[in-house]
Parts: sequence; structure tokens; C-alpha cells
Amino acid sequence: MADAKSIEPQESALVRAWNWLTETQVWTSIFRHAAPINDRNRVLVMLSNIFLHLHPVRLKKHGVRMRYTWCMGGLSFFLFLNLTFTGLLLMFYYRPTLEYAYTDIVGLREHVPLGIMREMHRWAAHAMVITVWLHMFRVFMTGSYKPPREFNWNVGVIMLFLTLMLSFTGYLLPWDQLAIWAITVGSNMARATPFLGNEGPGASLLAIGDVRLIHAADDARFALLGGTFVGEGALLRFYVLHCVVLPLVIGFMMAIHFWRVRKDGGISGPL
Amino acid sequence: MNPLLAVIITGVVLFAAQLLFILLFRTKPSPSEAAHREATAPGAATPGAATPVVAKPGVTPLDDVALAGRTTTAAARIAEVIVPRTADDMSPLMGRRGWMGLAWGAFTASTAGCLAATGRFMFPNVLNEPPQQFTIGFPEEYVEGVDERWKIRFGVWVVRTPFDEYHETSGFYALLVTCTHLGCTPNWLSAENKFKCPCHGSGFRPTGINFEGPAPRPLERARIVLAEDGQILIDKASKFQEELGQWEDPEAFLAV
Repeated sequence: MADAKSIEPQESALVRAWNWLTETQVWTSIFRHAAPINDRNRVLVMLSNIFLHLHPVRLKKHGVRMRYTWCMGGLSFFLFLNLTFTGLLLMFYYRPTLEYAYTDIVGLREHVPLGIMREMHRWAAHAMVITVWLHMFRVFMTGSYKPPREFNWNVGVIMLFLTLMLSFTGYLLPWDQLAIWAITVGSNMARATPFLGNEGPGASLLAIGDVRLIHAADDARFALLGGTFVGEGALLRFYVLHCVVLPLVIGFMMAIHFWRVRKDGGISGPL
Repeated sequence: MNPLLAVIITGVVLFAAQLLFILLFRTKPSPSEAAHREATAPGAATPGAATPVVAKPGVTPLDDVALAGRTTTAAARIAEVIVPRTADDMSPLMGRRGWMGLAWGAFTASTAGCLAATGRFMFPNVLNEPPQQFTIGFPEEYVEGVDERWKIRFGVWVVRTPFDEYHETSGFYALLVTCTHLGCTPNWLSAENKFKCPCHGSGFRPTGINFEGPAPRPLERARIVLAEDGQILIDKASKFQEELGQWEDPEAFLAV
């Protein structure tokens, strides 16, 4: 029977289920703060979550102004995450050998459902090169390389180099004519490395009597290709660089980069 | 077109469209409207409360004491009472809530589509595995006994026998090379006239019957028939198990 005097508001089943869920031991062991209804709790939300703690607790208002940052750093990071994820999926199908590399790439389009995974990886790679350059351009034009941010500028320059190397090493992996000759041309530049390149300035000085220490089979280009021409050694070497070495290094550099942004006072302000 | 792709593309297009609409129709309130809002907002606050909450212009008057210990949902409901919502979007088609619902719906749909597509990616349409059905040449190319020539390529032993007790005649049967214990590949030991599994020592007679070790049942036989050109055709897709009485099936044995 209904009691007309009851004034206790009845919460809906959804709200009651939510309240029960947020009081369970499982929930409270994961989320160790109350609802983010005041500044203190909002800070705790950011500090007690490994993903959110990458973000600063407070942002300056101009930090989210699209016309100031162009969001190019964020977009570069987003594309890197995309590339990591799609690249991992591609590794399930791609084998870096002379026999299989090209046919596996064709198979990624023809034999695998939704053959756009490789295209996503390819276009995101092109886009990341562009966004990284535009990010650098924005940082330069807003003077954000000036002290105390000069260290982070240098970290960024290294990451620009790593991005280009990731693009370069990934270029070879389809193992078609374009890839082989592009890497042949590109790696020929390493012949001209000062001292360490076979044809570079100063290389002829490194010699014992008439015996040259730097020659075609031990110079910088050889170290890059794992051979004297773009062959099986180069394919495997570029694959390992592309999938393991360079992503690990650029990941570490990103951690330093983001950490330094906060230590140096957040995103620089408008002039 | 692949339905998953369609879902993803539709979601992205809807999401972009609603963003465009919100940007297009979001206009700042006119000065008179803004003044009206400031005048009415404190007065409309908490009809039941003894003292109305006075808010600074532009600051949401959340009362931390009243909200302490409450969940987000309850806090949101109280905040709704204190500060009444005002229609501040100028879109002619639907309100801000409508657009936000459409946005989240489209975002959720395209995210779910992407996840489903990623799962589907792990199941290729083409397999580079040895065929289940193959021809192995003419009967006269085989002598009596266990023939190992197709063991590695196709995974069968072809046995020619002068007398098979299940069919009471001479002919061929094909034994699968998978041990019935835990799936290793046994070796044919011709000197001892038996199949011996190197993993746990299961032993099988040339017929496929198990007689030692942990194997619980005989090796399986594959379908074996004559193809139209007179060659022996083996089909591993249909298997015959002795303990189920299937070895007496006419296709489990090729009488020659």
C-alpha cells in the first residue's frame, strides 16, 4: 500500500545500481577518491590515475587555444599511438624476408578483411611527418624554444630526426621497386659521412700505411644496410629498427618531452 | 561495401557534421539576453532552500557542503536545481542536448565499428596451409607396407595391406600422423613394425591400433577413394575412428 506521507525521493534503478557499484571493494580499490565535485577531488582524480597523471592538474587557458598551439604536438602524439597500434596489427601478417615481404604486403590488401589497416598505417605515417614539422614551425614562431625551454627544443629536434628515420625505415618494408631504389638512393648519402663514410671527407686519413680502415664493407652505409647493397640484410635491419629500436627510443624521448613541458611552466603563453 | 566500413564511415561523417553544426550555430548571447540571464539565475535557485545561493557572474554556484559524500549523479542533480539550464544554442534543428546525443552516438558507433573491424582483421580470408584433399598417384606405384613419402607434406601414412580385417580384402588405407594421446607425430619404426610416438612412448600397430603407452585409442584413418583419373585421392577432412566402428565405412578403405 502506498504511503502518501512518504517524502523520501525514490532514486531510479540506474542510480541505485551506480551507487552500489561505486561502493564495492573492487571499485574503491581502483578509484581511491570521491566524486570530482571540488578542486581537491579533481586534483586527486588526475594524480591517482596513471593515464590522467600524464596531464597537468591545471591548464592555462591559452593551452587549449587552437589558434595558438594548432594542436600539432597533440596530433603528432595521437598519430604515433595510431601508428603503434596499426603497426602491431600489421606485424601479425608481415614477414621481413626476400621471399615473403612483397607478397605479404599484397596479402594485407587482398587476403585480409578490411584491407585498410596498411593504408591507415601509411597515411598516418605521412601525416605524422607533416604534423611534426608544423609543430616545430609553431614552436619556432611563438618563440617557445627560448629559455627555459631550450632543452626541450633539442629533445624535439632529436624526435624530428627519429620521426624521419621511422618514415625512412618503414619505406623499405613493402619491398617493391620504389622502396628498394628509394633506400638505395637515400642510403648512398651515408657514403659521404665525414670520416665514417667510404667516400666522405677525411675517410682517407683513417689508414694504416696503405691500408684504409674505412672502406665499402665497413663504413656508415654498411652499418645501416647490413651489407654493401640493399638486400636481405638491409630488409631485416630496417624492420628491426622500424618496429623495435626507433619506437622505443622515440617513446622514451616523448616521456622526457612531455615531462619537460610541465617542468618548464606548461605550454608557453601568447606573446 | 563491407558493413563494418559503412558503420565506421557513417559514424565519422555524422560526428563531423554535428561538430560543424555546433560551430555554425553557436552564437554568443546578445547583451540584453546575458543581462536577463544574470538577473534571473540567482532568483531561480533552489526554490526549497531557506537562503538562496548567490553566485558570482560566470561561476557555477556549487555548494561543497551540500554535495559532500554524494556521487557524481546526485551532485549533478543538485546542481541542476541550483542553476536552471537555459537554452543557449541557436540551432534551428535540435537543441544542444540533441546534438550532443547525436555526437556521442556517432562517436560510440564508429568506435564500436573500429573495434569490430580490428577483431575481424585477425581472421584472414586466405590461408596458406596444405590442402585437406589431394591425390597421391596410382595404386601400382605403391608396394605393400607403410609408405612415408607424404608424411611431411600432407601428414598421412599410406599403407598397402594384403588383408584388412575390417574389409576382408587387400587394399589401401591412410593413417593420420597425429598421435591420439596429445597430438605429437609418431615415427614409423620398420624394424620393430610399429609406430612409436617420441613424446610419451605410445605405440601403434601398422593397422593403427594402439598397444602400448598412454594413447587411449587407435590412430585415425582418412577418407581414401579413387579419383576419376585413377589416382588415389585422400581427403583428411573426413576422418574415421576405429573405436566408433567407422573403419568399416567403405570410404575408410580402398580395395585393390
